[in-house]
Amino acid sequence: MAELFIFFEQIYKILFLLIPVLVSVAMIVWLDRRVWAFVQKRRGPNVVGPFGLFQTLADALKYIFKEIIIPASSNKVIFILAPIVTMTLALIAWAVIPFSETFVLADINVGILYLFAVSSLGVYGIIMGGWASNSKYPFLGAIRSAAQMVSYEVSIGVIIINVLLCVGSLNLSDIVLAQEDLWFVIPLFPMFIIFFISALAETNRPPFDLPEAEAELVAGYQTEYSGMMYAMFWLGEYANILLMCAMGSILFLGGWLSPIDLFPFNVIPAPIWLILKILFLFILFALIKAIVPRYRYDQLMKLGWKIFLPFSLIYVVLTASFLMYFDLLPGN
Amino acid sequence: MIAHAIVFYIFSLIAIVSAIMVTVSKNTVNSVFFLILDFISISCLFIMIGAEFLGMIMLIVYVGAVAVLFLFVVMMLNVAQQKNEWFNSSGRSSHIPVGLLVSIIIFFELIIVIGGWKYKPDLLDSIAIEINTDLTNTQSLGSVIYTDYIHLFQLSGMVLLVAMIGAIVLTFRQRSGVKRQSYFKQISRDRKDGIELVDVENNKGVKIDA
Repeated sequence: MAELFIFFEQIYKILFLLIPVLVSVAMIVWLDRRVWAFVQKRRGPNVVGPFGLFQTLADALKYIFKEIIIPASSNKVIFILAPIVTMTLALIAWAVIPFSETFVLADINVGILYLFAVSSLGVYGIIMGGWASNSKYPFLGAIRSAAQMVSYEVSIGVIIINVLLCVGSLNLSDIVLAQEDLWFVIPLFPMFIIFFISALAETNRPPFDLPEAEAELVAGYQTEYSGMMYAMFWLGEYANILLMCAMGSILFLGGWLSPIDLFPFNVIPAPIWLILKILFLFILFALIKAIVPRYRYDQLMKLGWKIFLPFSLIYVVLTASFLMYFDLLPGN
Repeated sequence: MIAHAIVFYIFSLIAIVSAIMVTVSKNTVNSVFFLILDFISISCLFIMIGAEFLGMIMLIVYVGAVAVLFLFVVMMLNVAQQKNEWFNSSGRSSHIPVGLLVSIIIFFELIIVIGGWKYKPDLLDSIAIEINTDLTNTQSLGSVIYTDYIHLFQLSGMVLLVAMIGAIVLTFRQRSGVKRQSYFKQISRDRKDGIELVDVENNKGVKIDA
């Protein structure tokens, strides 16, 4: 009986986490479009509900009622699995995100590795969708994204090593607590910039949205998808973007910590700070989408392998030497 | 404990079935997907025995990078249509004896190792250092690899580097007639290199690529 109770308690906790995440994904889509429109001096979605807040819900409703078309020559099982994989991977990663010192679903030892692993699995949704469609544009999009995401993962991994050198633990809560005196964005500022750009590439956001470059590939790997299955790709993509923002704020911006430990700031509950930081990073993502033109493919690869990777490797050596010389290495 | 056993059997069943499906499945791309499933369930098994670092690294390296490249190559080679014919046809089955030989050797190796582990533990007792069970396994791995086994660790890195350079050398072709972009050239161009003012005589024209 006790086990059953624990089981239902866990289910309740998971729902308590996932439903806000899904709702905020819907809100964030609206915010993205509003920021985009604001930069381009348009109005953006402003009709449905106050300030157009319910626009995403209206869109979702439209997708639900649309017919799902499965191409006759596609590999049906993989075609249907692909959006499910994308969505699931985008949601399971939230299990380890710490919203405060106590408010975390799974406080595991290797939290950051788990996040990294799940975000590196994200490429499968795209490859599966692109290949199973059995059509040229989706396939080209899938191949592009496979190469792109694998390349930028490497530099994200090296950046994570930089942070871990300063922390001495793979646990996400430890990473946040290590930043109580100084957020890592200050000593590791170049790494923060590279992480931000790599996160754009990892989530296929503009200016790195080559897998779905509409001028060349129609809609890339999503071309053959319609209705609810398209909506799942879309939700998964935005959930991944939010996750990358959360990862950035945990690694560099001090997670749930308030910027200064003074009266008006330290009464605001910890999760609010994390949400504010995620929102800040997301607005940067949205601004970048509006103001930067798309990269050419060879430039993208050059940036990843010839500039980011060597630079972040050199920074690892620098950080390690600095910590060693001033005897700041954690754990001894 | 029962729940633990049930979960263990679920994961190992998935691992074994997907390993069989890798070889049996007719479509090569499906084989790769089953291979990925196999990797994932094996990393779940690693996590279950408490080797969470190994499990996560397995996910990141094998599933996140190696299998993506596998998939990439298999899709690019367009072998998806090429059915796995030799498995069914008895005509040219030169693969089966070789495969059988390899699998028999692996089977006997496993019997020796697992039998020794079970019945003669001192036979395999080659652990030279003490393992501290208080630390997390990430910490204990790090403190062993980077101190006692640093030379072997560096050596294995060298082996990988040699393999990488070999692969690059084998596939590298210098193609002529490809326009390459050089940022330094573009940035260091100024008005003098880019613009030339010419007085054009009437009805003569100008040669551009002089």
